[in-house]
Amino acid sequence: MSLLRRLLGTPEGAVGTVILCLLVLAALLAPVLFPADPLSIVGPALVPPFTDPSLPLGTDRLGRDVLAGLMHGAGTSLAVGIAAAAMAMIAGSLVGTLAGLAGGLVDEALMRVVDAFQIVPSFLLALAFVSVTGASLPVVITAIALGAWTGPARLARAEVLSIRERDYVAAARVLGMRPLEIAFREVLPNALPPVMALSSVIVAISVLTEAALSFLGLGDPNIVTWGSMIAQGRNVLRSAPFLSILPGIALMLTVLGVYLFSEGLADALARRRSRA
Amino acid sequence: MNAPLLAASGISKTFAGKGRRVAALDKASISVARGQTLGLVGPSGSGKSTLARILMRLVEPDAGRIDFDGTDLLALSGEALRTTRKRIQMVFQDPLAAFNPRATVAGALADPLRVHGLLGRRQRPAAIAALLERVGLDPGLASRAIHEISGGQRQRVAIARALATRPDLIVLDEAVSALDVSVRGRILELLVELQRKEGIAYVFVSHDLAVVRAIAHSIAIMDAGTIVERGPTPDVVANPQSATGRALVAAVPRLVVGKSD
Repeated sequence: MSLLRRLLGTPEGAVGTVILCLLVLAALLAPVLFPADPLSIVGPALVPPFTDPSLPLGTDRLGRDVLAGLMHGAGTSLAVGIAAAAMAMIAGSLVGTLAGLAGGLVDEALMRVVDAFQIVPSFLLALAFVSVTGASLPVVITAIALGAWTGPARLARAEVLSIRERDYVAAARVLGMRPLEIAFREVLPNALPPVMALSSVIVAISVLTEAALSFLGLGDPNIVTWGSMIAQGRNVLRSAPFLSILPGIALMLTVLGVYLFSEGLADALARRRSRA
Repeated sequence: MNAPLLAASGISKTFAGKGRRVAALDKASISVARGQTLGLVGPSGSGKSTLARILMRLVEPDAGRIDFDGTDLLALSGEALRTTRKRIQMVFQDPLAAFNPRATVAGALADPLRVHGLLGRRQRPAAIAALLERVGLDPGLASRAIHEISGGQRQRVAIARALATRPDLIVLDEAVSALDVSVRGRILELLVELQRKEGIAYVFVSHDLAVVRAIAHSIAIMDAGTIVERGPTPDVVANPQSATGRALVAAVPRLVVGKSD
């Protein structure tokens, strides 16, 4: 509770939290306010924003409601961002912890795999993976996580390497704890907090990567995403720029919100640590 | 006392550094009698902490043999080693670093009981309270986090954790060096009292001869990885044979030396 108060105490944390709350609210309200499929046609094509009260943000090239698309897209963006980040964090921490604890040949082998993933640009990796396996939401999430798990893996390994030399790990061995118990009770819980700090950056990157994939037409075709809205607006960029600009602003706000939130959280956590 | 509780002989250990090899221990031998205290003294870098960690099987020696109550300690592995660990416990120098930063007092004391399956879950709170009382702490401390209590209290909890498995030997690696002087005296009193009541043997590692002579029955002086002198405490303190021994005795504040004469 006091962590939340400190988070809201920083300007970054307060702004970021508000933006994220609005996004979550939009995502949750989307099926209530717009129960119909956001891909269905509801009016004439290319209605400009703020002209028709029933279609506040206008319609796109096919006469689909832009506001409905934006709100449904918020859910997709957040879901993909969070799921991909979670997947990357879990896989990365496990691989990093294993490498750090096992050491020797296992460490070498795992870290070379990490290197291999790291030298390929993560967007290219996602692109290749989606085009081979076909676009659907789980595939997109996996594709994004594939390029994002190496950061947490490296950080977790570094943390584990430092923690395994601490006295309390030696004390656990002296007590007769089994290696697996030492890994999960003593090492992992203390190695995770710095790794967790990476998660918001990964969420932001994931949201952007998802939009970029959708923009290139490699997103799930049955789901509205901001990336696909921008892509479709591109064809009428001169006559109806708002079709690209509105989802663009939404995307920018999301990434900004996630980033500010993580800054505020890091500040709040740092202050708690210095107090302890 | 006939056979010693623990006898380490010919322990050697070389650490491979960047391009050079550092001999930390060269054929060091020590023995500890049942219920007695061996003081392991030496200047920093003399290898005493490495020897302590080798006795705990935290560091593997390159050569040597350790006999603990008739078993070859270095030959043990896996479950046999885990079971034997019950009988040899350790207290570290920095009591804050020796506990998981997330631990509570009760959690830290429950670890040895759980790991060795000593008591059922229901009997543990009472056992933890009893352990705290044995080291002179209020059982109400059990629910506190380790980082919330004072350094002296923490070291008492560390001793309680070492006592939990009813060991025959406790290795204390500079266990009072990080504590301030008044607390140090009380911890030493506690150790002496526990030894008298329960017959636990100690290997007491320290750089400070003044502290060691107050608690040890016999002393081994180390320098540069070898044992340069061994003997009963009064002999070593009164008439040190080695240069290192003379330097350590000379370093003891005169007031303390004068008082015991």
